[in-house]
Amino acid sequence: MFIPHTQAETEGMLKSIGVKSIEDLFSVVPEKFRFPKLDLPDGVTEMEALAEMKEYAAANETVEDLICFLGAGAYRHYIPAAVDSLLRRGEFFTAYTPYQPEISQGTLQAVFEFQTLMANLTGMEVANASHYDGATATAEAGVMAYHNFRGKRSHILLSSSINPQNREVLCTYLCGYENVEIETIGLDNPLQSNPDSLIPYITENTSLVVVQYPDFFGRIFDLSSLATEVHSKGALLAVIANPIALGLLKTPGEFGADIVVGEGQPLGIPLSFGGPYLGFFTTKKEYVRKIAGRLVGETIDVKGNRGYVLTLTAREQHIRREKATSNICSNQGLMALAATIYLSLLGKNGLRQVANLCYQKAHYAAEKIAKIPGFLVEKKTPFFHEFVVHCPISAATITERLLDNQILGGFELSKAFPNMENDLLVAVTELNSKEDIDFLVESLAEVSHD
Amino acid sequence: MNTPANLKYTKTDEWVLVEGKTATVGVTDFAQSQLSDVVFVEIPVDAGEELKKQAHIATIESVKAAADVNLPTSGKVIETNQKLADTPELINSDPYGAAWMLKLEISDSTEINQLMDAKAYEDYCSTRSH
Repeated sequence: MFIPHTQAETEGMLKSIGVKSIEDLFSVVPEKFRFPKLDLPDGVTEMEALAEMKEYAAANETVEDLICFLGAGAYRHYIPAAVDSLLRRGEFFTAYTPYQPEISQGTLQAVFEFQTLMANLTGMEVANASHYDGATATAEAGVMAYHNFRGKRSHILLSSSINPQNREVLCTYLCGYENVEIETIGLDNPLQSNPDSLIPYITENTSLVVVQYPDFFGRIFDLSSLATEVHSKGALLAVIANPIALGLLKTPGEFGADIVVGEGQPLGIPLSFGGPYLGFFTTKKEYVRKIAGRLVGETIDVKGNRGYVLTLTAREQHIRREKATSNICSNQGLMALAATIYLSLLGKNGLRQVANLCYQKAHYAAEKIAKIPGFLVEKKTPFFHEFVVHCPISAATITERLLDNQILGGFELSKAFPNMENDLLVAVTELNSKEDIDFLVESLAEVSHD
Repeated sequence: MNTPANLKYTKTDEWVLVEGKTATVGVTDFAQSQLSDVVFVEIPVDAGEELKKQAHIATIESVKAAADVNLPTSGKVIETNQKLADTPELINSDPYGAAWMLKLEISDSTEINQLMDAKAYEDYCSTRSH
């Protein structure tokens, strides 16, 4: 236990501020709220507590037992056993970049490898040592763009087809800034808009345009004309990318993205209960001093041996205080390591194979579902491993009934877009077998009848 | 320590060269010696901008610290030194010459009188160099 003060110190402090006891410090709190009697059960033994916890845990329905077609930003992929066993080694077991970082060369090297992998995967020049999740990484893109234009460009333009959570977190980060106006285009009918729909709204006052690739609905768009228009107005383009999809698709860097961010969870990190996840952030070299968070660099020591250091720290909050671009000093070290191990185990061809399996299986599922009477599949635009199904009845009813067949049917889009009541977002990964997909199709046909 | 007599100085280690209505601004020899090797300079202001005294005009990053440069006197920016972005080490080698940061048209000459002369600045530095 951490005990900050001795009895004598506490008494000394109370005396010097002229208060008799610690309780007196709380005298402004109404008495009935001050030390309420808590109605807690008696203590139990460890054995009893464990039994109770197991009972609670058994009440959960998890993707271990269910057939999962739920994605919407977090995806179930196969995680090679080596990821976990390497991750749990004591040498790596800290969530942070260490406070005396250069003493932990192994950790720094792992972070350096992570940065290299993410830069390569996204087609960019620099990556930082990670963020908490895809949503906070997206928010940092907004913060960076704001500072890049020294607060003089107030407009941030968002596509309606980005993950709604990313949109909300970006707004949370930036709504307190003076002179920032965040605009989302096409929220009423996101399927009718595409990246080019944003073009008329970009002005000389726009700092950042944010799109997702593949977008929240799984769709893949060519981003090159958007990139050209963004740059002609002097603004920056941020692309939120799915790292697995990048095993197969042209990189955002090739389209001319200035910032690429995303959720790294699909890279060897379990779904858990929504965390810990992993945000990645990559950009062009010219913005290296504007990015948030930690950066690890490779160098040589006085004897000429290779070594790793935290670099460019002078731009960071612990040195620059209130003048730093971001107040993030931390990263998601352990999860970044998981992603690094995962990508190293798979290699370039392995990642492509995973992406291709997701793509092919999703297309098999989409084709089958489209044949069920009453169902329409959104396939005007190429898609990756996720697609929108227009159901004959409300998607909430469908998913509820699918659950009776032990199927997590997908994401009810009305949760994020109120007028998409009958729309279901279905994700398929390499872990979904043909039998799973056929069973989903069979069940969908069944549950859509009243 | 080099402290040219023809310049005016601030407590935050900027120097000003006044020539008629024009002021040239940079950081002092004392500042560069405290910072050690400068690796990066950013001047986030543009010609034509009207700035108030104390406005943030530059960031200097060295191998051991980052420091802000503030404007010693109000005025309109005439020109900024573009060379510093590529050759930040000029701040170490020639702080009063090639490493000038910006030139401006002075808008309030009474502010100049509030700055220190070389003697006062030297005395001020000697009180804090240890």
